[in-house]
Amino acid sequence: MQQKYVSQIHRCFRCGYCKFPTDYSSFNCPPYRRFRFDTYSTGGRLWLIYAWLKGEVEWSEHLAEILFTCTMCKNCAEQCPMKFAPDIVDWIVGARSDMVEKGKIPPRVARFFEAVHGYGNPLKLLRSDRAAWANGTKLYSAGDEYLLYVGCLGSYDEHGQKMAKGIVDILNKAGVSFGILGNDEECCGNEIYMLGEMGLFQNLVEKNSQKFKELGVKKVVTLCPHGYNVMKNNYPALGGSFEVCHYTQLLADLIKKKRIKLSRNKAKVTYHDPCFLGRHNNIYDEPRQILQSIPGLKLVEMERNRRDAFCCGGGSGNFIMDLLAGDEDSPARVRVREAYATGADTLAVACPSCMTMLTDAVKTEDLDGKLTVKDVSQIIKESSS
Amino acid sequence: MVTMSTVYESLVKIVGKDHVSNRKEEQYFYARDGGLMPAHEPDYVVLPRTTEEVKQIVTLANKEKVPVVPIGAGLALTGLVIPHKGGILLDMKMMDRIVEVNEKARYVIVEGGTTQGALKSYLQKNHPDLRHSIPDAPPVATVVANAVIHGQGRLSHQHGFNSDMVSGLEVVLPTGEVCLIGSCSVSPYWFSKGPPLPDLSGLFLGWFGTTGIITKLGLKLYPCKKMRDIMLFIADRAELIPDIMLKLSHTEMVEDVTISAQPLPLRYKGTFWIMAYITGDSEDELEFKRKMVWDALWVHYEKRDLGFLSVSPDMKPPLMSMPSKDTTRFADVAKGGGFQYAGPITPIEKFPTFMQKLEEVAKKYNVFYSSATRLIGSGHCMMFSFSFSFNRANPDEMARAKQALDECSKFALKEGGVLWKADLDEQKMLMQKMDPNTLSLMKKIKLLLDPNGIMNPGNWEVQ
Repeated sequence: MQQKYVSQIHRCFRCGYCKFPTDYSSFNCPPYRRFRFDTYSTGGRLWLIYAWLKGEVEWSEHLAEILFTCTMCKNCAEQCPMKFAPDIVDWIVGARSDMVEKGKIPPRVARFFEAVHGYGNPLKLLRSDRAAWANGTKLYSAGDEYLLYVGCLGSYDEHGQKMAKGIVDILNKAGVSFGILGNDEECCGNEIYMLGEMGLFQNLVEKNSQKFKELGVKKVVTLCPHGYNVMKNNYPALGGSFEVCHYTQLLADLIKKKRIKLSRNKAKVTYHDPCFLGRHNNIYDEPRQILQSIPGLKLVEMERNRRDAFCCGGGSGNFIMDLLAGDEDSPARVRVREAYATGADTLAVACPSCMTMLTDAVKTEDLDGKLTVKDVSQIIKESSS
Repeated sequence: MVTMSTVYESLVKIVGKDHVSNRKEEQYFYARDGGLMPAHEPDYVVLPRTTEEVKQIVTLANKEKVPVVPIGAGLALTGLVIPHKGGILLDMKMMDRIVEVNEKARYVIVEGGTTQGALKSYLQKNHPDLRHSIPDAPPVATVVANAVIHGQGRLSHQHGFNSDMVSGLEVVLPTGEVCLIGSCSVSPYWFSKGPPLPDLSGLFLGWFGTTGIITKLGLKLYPCKKMRDIMLFIADRAELIPDIMLKLSHTEMVEDVTISAQPLPLRYKGTFWIMAYITGDSEDELEFKRKMVWDALWVHYEKRDLGFLSVSPDMKPPLMSMPSKDTTRFADVAKGGGFQYAGPITPIEKFPTFMQKLEEVAKKYNVFYSSATRLIGSGHCMMFSFSFSFNRANPDEMARAKQALDECSKFALKEGGVLWKADLDEQKMLMQKMDPNTLSLMKKIKLLLDPNGIMNPGNWEVQ
């Protein structure tokens, strides 16, 4: 992969299509929207990587920061008019990987790697506490239909834990046969891959795949779109052999089969598409189908939705590293303002990373009490009869 | 004595630390554009947000005699915003508010960094009966920069250069005064850039930012019809194109006329694609216009000099899109991320000779070419592009592309064309050929407005 980016990266014409959504209404590249120097756009990043490869720009912490502020939201790949558009994300991963190999990365990225390497999660919390949220949730055993892969934020983060508990309750109520890995769960590796630490990534995939194999796991349902993405798109090439779905896909199916009964909910909801569910995997309909199946719930769209959705700024480890924070133009703050402008009282998410980023932004924007961020499963739980 | 650090600190005081950079990465990126002109780094890249900030920056620069170069998206490709003498590069794109749309007087006022894409989107959503003349540059191109280079767009056949559609300016002069130009200088309305007053907009349009920084611009809007369609004709003889263009223009029914020519894919070789865009508020109106176009071109069709190409469903969206992404895609034809074009403005009778020259030069320098021509005004002139793509990883190919461009520009000038958005070398060629009294007038104007020569130095420098 690295070889490919080295021989191709000069092809960017810096035309700037990558900055926009489809209708050109505003800037849709999170780091560019935040910092506004062209260097922080995809075109800027690619030209600087090429300059670095040619020796025209020396490595610096600022260069690395420009490279690592990319949230891998994939808006650029959607909008770039060139034939190489589908390769852009891989080019950035390749360049990051080269910097990682040389040990030239921003301190916050280094700390992220150290935490995952040492603790199995980027929050640097004890492995033995990974299942502390689970409160008796059944461990996966042979014969269970699904392994519920909870992920790091689902295991340790306050909002993620709430999501995990909600999904467990819904699945139990619907009679789904499933179990979790508990303290044996490892980080899925999506962020590690996106940040370019290929050795650590391979190690995580091997550990998880081995565990799945030992337990005879055939189907995995993930809480987090990041975990879904990496298990769907990267694990198979490294020996992972199982079906994977995101929890919204499973819930949509359960609702269709009438295994979840829903009662009236008068909320006015707008749905934020997570990048790793939407642009990376084309899953736009199922979360909306779930919300629209709730009697009385009104679903309204933000200006930028589906393939044009504006990233919350949390991707590629930024939900921990937060390289795009600290300003009213930080992506999460821009996004909650956009959600509030729809008149919705609820901002629905389907990703623990988005949940954390947007909940914090609601507070910073002083929208507490006016706009509440809720996970789709939480809305389902509230609407369950 | 002024030092780098005092200028930096002063800039930070004006716009804040987050909006000034003297770091290598920003200096590297803003030192070049996607074309072939040599790079030169700015000392500082600054992101102003208000006219007041621009005024303070320019006042500082004038006092300290530091060059100032305003930049939109840097898409002219001829190095017009490369800071040839360093100094302060003002990236205007944070000044992106759409200040006002006057529906009844049909104009919009935008800030100096508003993009073409944002304006298009805003009008579609909020004023669907109105439109502006969208150029085929990528949507990040700014409205102001396009006017400053006398750009053309989708309404240029009907209404002339996009700069002809300007209806007022707010300019920060090189000496720091903020000046209103046009009707807005005496009225709250921005409906005219000059008439019935002396037209001072000419002191700024076409000057590439060497006489001041445009912080607001009024732009005329035009009716946006409900429907739009394309009629696509093919000819294989260049000498017929001027007459075809004139006949299309004579109908006064056509929104936009463009001609494209390129040797690859091979099915395109030796043919000219004539695209006539029509608009209407009803199918009847469109049908009437189609008939008028057919009637106008029938004489060529009857003689089998002209073919009509039915536009298949997959062909239509790219042909109808505004801006055209295909224009940008030409940069990757050689899988190398680069293209540049010389686009002289010239009488349309020159089409056959220019086409011949393009093919000859492409062969001579072994570079891939294409051409896109746009009719401007009611046939008063055209923009003929000598376009060459190149691989940025191949210095030899880049050098050949530059030689090809230079030869085409010299030829166009010799043939009576006037070079559009001329690079530094081409500006020199133009000024050498220019009437001496005109040149002297330009010099006097520049000296009067910019006594310290701080504004985008290197450009339009009369010796």
